[in-house]
Amino acid sequence: MTLEVIAFWLFAVLLVGAGLAVVIGKNLFHSVLWLALALVSTAGIFLTLDAEFIAAVQVLLYAGGVVTVVVFAIVVTERLVGERISQTSRHLAAGAIVSAGVLALLLRGITHAGMALPRPPLEGDLTRRLGTSLLTRYVLPFELLAVLLLVGLLAASYFARPEE
Amino acid sequence: MPLQAYLTLAAIVFCLGLFGTVTRRNTVGILLGVELMLNAVNINFVAFSRFHGSDAGMVFTLFAICITVAEVALGLAIVILLFRTRKTATADHVDWLKG
Repeated sequence: MTLEVIAFWLFAVLLVGAGLAVVIGKNLFHSVLWLALALVSTAGIFLTLDAEFIAAVQVLLYAGGVVTVVVFAIVVTERLVGERISQTSRHLAAGAIVSAGVLALLLRGITHAGMALPRPPLEGDLTRRLGTSLLTRYVLPFELLAVLLLVGLLAASYFARPEE
Repeated sequence: MPLQAYLTLAAIVFCLGLFGTVTRRNTVGILLGVELMLNAVNINFVAFSRFHGSDAGMVFTLFAICITVAEVALGLAIVILLFRTRKTATADHVDWLKG
């Protein structure tokens, strides 16, 4: 077993275990912490795919930003309601059947599609290539993304404005 | 690892997120399920990009991550606003549009 295979299995087990804990845990705050672990494991999976820059963005934006915002929201809403948020689930059997069905369909597609591609050797610096294509071919979506983030910032601060 | 291993992992994580999204009653819990699903799709993008030797998948993943951050910020702003007006975080209690 090479290091890459060991790393893949380690991060895959962590990711699936943490994902399971996110969806079946009772305490909402613990769910968010498990989600942070799942997102960091995903960054590890990205590392096994030689995508170091994506892994860094994943840890900074996702595991850093998203988890912080969610924890903040839980703290604020908990104060507003004045009781600890323990979440309940409903339609467990139906949900399990639906997701198991989707999983079966997806796995069937994956195994029957015949995508036994060999992994090509890494050509050059992937981060450099990524940056070049981000600012040449994909520069318009990149600028639109900046506009989207500005709109999101304005809308979020509008929603969260203090009451009149 | 072959491409199939990554796709299978992403499929499992996607279905976990789907399960959470369908079964949770708390709006923040539903949002966490959506996060898991988006995360699984990002794994697929990066895996396809690496095995295909093209940058497009990774550029798409960067965009998806940034848009997800905006989505979470807006979604949680809506949740906080909901708390202010209705004192609830349960999605079933928000049914004004029901005819």
